[in-house]
Amino acid sequence: MSALRELYQQVILDHNKSPRNYHPLVDPTRTVDGYNPLCGDHYKIYVKMDGDRIDDVSFTGTGCAISKASASVMSAMVKGKTREEVERIFNDFHALVTGSIDADKNLDRLGKLAAFSGVSEFPARVKCASLAWHTLHAALQGTGASVSTE
Amino acid sequence: MHTVTSQSDQDLKDRFLAIRGCRHHFPLLRQRVNGKPLVYFDNAATSQKPQVVIDTLMRYYEEENSNIHRGVHYLSERATQAYEAARVKVQHFLNAAHHREIIFVRGTTEGINLVSSTYGPMKVGPGDEILISTMEHHSNIVPWQILCEKTGGVLRVIPINDAGEIILGEYEKLLTPRTKIVALTHVSNALGTINPVRKMIDLAHAQGIPVLIDGAQAVPHMKVDVRELDADFYTFSAHKMFGPTGVGILYGKTKLLDAMPPYQGGGDMIKSVTFEKTIYNDLPYKFEAGTPSIAGGIGLGAAIDYMNELDMAGVAAFEQELLSYATRLVGEIPGLRIIGTAREKAGVLSFVIEGIHPHDIGTILDDEGIAIRTGHHCAQPVMQRFGVPATARASFAFYNTKEEIDVFIGALRKVIEVLG
Ligand SMILES: Cc1ncc(COP(=O)(O)O)c(C=O)c1O
Repeated sequence: MSALRELYQQVILDHNKSPRNYHPLVDPTRTVDGYNPLCGDHYKIYVKMDGDRIDDVSFTGTGCAISKASASVMSAMVKGKTREEVERIFNDFHALVTGSIDADKNLDRLGKLAAFSGVSEFPARVKCASLAWHTLHAALQGTGASVSTE
Repeated sequence: MHTVTSQSDQDLKDRFLAIRGCRHHFPLLRQRVNGKPLVYFDNAATSQKPQVVIDTLMRYYEEENSNIHRGVHYLSERATQAYEAARVKVQHFLNAAHHREIIFVRGTTEGINLVSSTYGPMKVGPGDEILISTMEHHSNIVPWQILCEKTGGVLRVIPINDAGEIILGEYEKLLTPRTKIVALTHVSNALGTINPVRKMIDLAHAQGIPVLIDGAQAVPHMKVDVRELDADFYTFSAHKMFGPTGVGILYGKTKLLDAMPPYQGGGDMIKSVTFEKTIYNDLPYKFEAGTPSIAGGIGLGAAIDYMNELDMAGVAAFEQELLSYATRLVGEIPGLRIIGTAREKAGVLSFVIEGIHPHDIGTILDDEGIAIRTGHHCAQPVMQRFGVPATARASFAFYNTKEEIDVFIGALRKVIEVLG
């Protein structure tokens, strides 16, 4: 059970049960749909930009605990950040869930992201954890109205 | 429900015991996953293979490998014979009238695409209708949508009730002079429903409408007789009935197949080729362009031999017993809802648990060594019908046991402990 407990950490369970910023946004600058066709997960990410800075961000949709908690944690973390700052967090997140950095040694840098340290033990769930991030990335790049993990 | 009538309880017990004895024919089932004995409950996705099928594939590559219908040499003759013998086994397995009605394809998906892209355009024009049901697999939806896009045809859908059964009255209303083909699944992979295809074929035939049956989930669990059903087309995949991947069958009535243009062009499907004119081969070769999965076809023959040795009525009864046992036990789990409660059901248990996503259920079960499928099961419209994005699905085969169901129930309780 310990790898499972690592995966389903309290932070994840909490964000899954009461996701933050879980509503549509009025007046978004961009909205992008993210799909995982394998499991049918679907989120819509709304961003409101203020120049290069994310003024507000929110999401709607359904998916598993990992994907929903990830969208929720992400929305809380990126609010007020610039594109470049978001890009750095995204890179950290990606490195974490694919197991290329050690969470314990980077706790300061990772902050809330550290809750996703268990994902790297479950390769089938990396896509779940990354879906919202890829979708946000597309929204910030302005590339297309939907992304898919496949 | 499949009941074995006029058999004493003791007799049934003996038959179940004999079926349980078959588990050791499946070497893959002996392994451990995450330190626990594997519990394989993903049989609707693909079944495991008995040793005889694996041995047949090995022997083919060790002793017979050669291209078929092409060489005069010994090996080519031998491979051709084995491949054609497999075709005859399929013919008898389905009780088809003739082996030319048995076309080797890649699987169910290709069987349906073959019909939609050859028979389809012959029959369907602007405003003509193709009738399918709400519970079809994507492979029995999308090919017809592609046909509609090309021809201006219209896809119509037979509704189902809350138990996941086709509403026959609505079906009858949808059969009209505009209906050019009915395409139906025999058994639903997402719900387990066994459709009354015999009756539905009769109703369509009463109006002169041909019917294609997707038998992917039916052939592993019940005896199928295409002539008794009077199906015009029947298609299935070897890999779901204990055979290899990469091969399947399309059965079609000679009269229909003869009138259809070829599916793909290439080697084997011709009698003679010049740049001016090509003469197509006879059935079934007209539809078999290129080198097929030769080992696969021969392996399917071995799977049929294996199934012929099984007590299929006993298997059906045993799978019903597993299903009702599992259904009863999951009923005690708080917040669990079964999706698909048809009276006539194959060994498929699709369910959701309040507040817990199926994907998370799948991960926790996997940790316990239990393989189930989670997601939309390539049947998104039926998910929409029940208002869920996905379900968790346990699907049984005759080599599963009640003890495995007990392990599964224990793991579901763990799911609730971790995520509830
Ligand atoms: C009812 C049904 N139809 C069609 C298919 C497609 O079969 P295949 O992928 O072997 O072509 C499946 C398999 O998942 C199925 O369950």
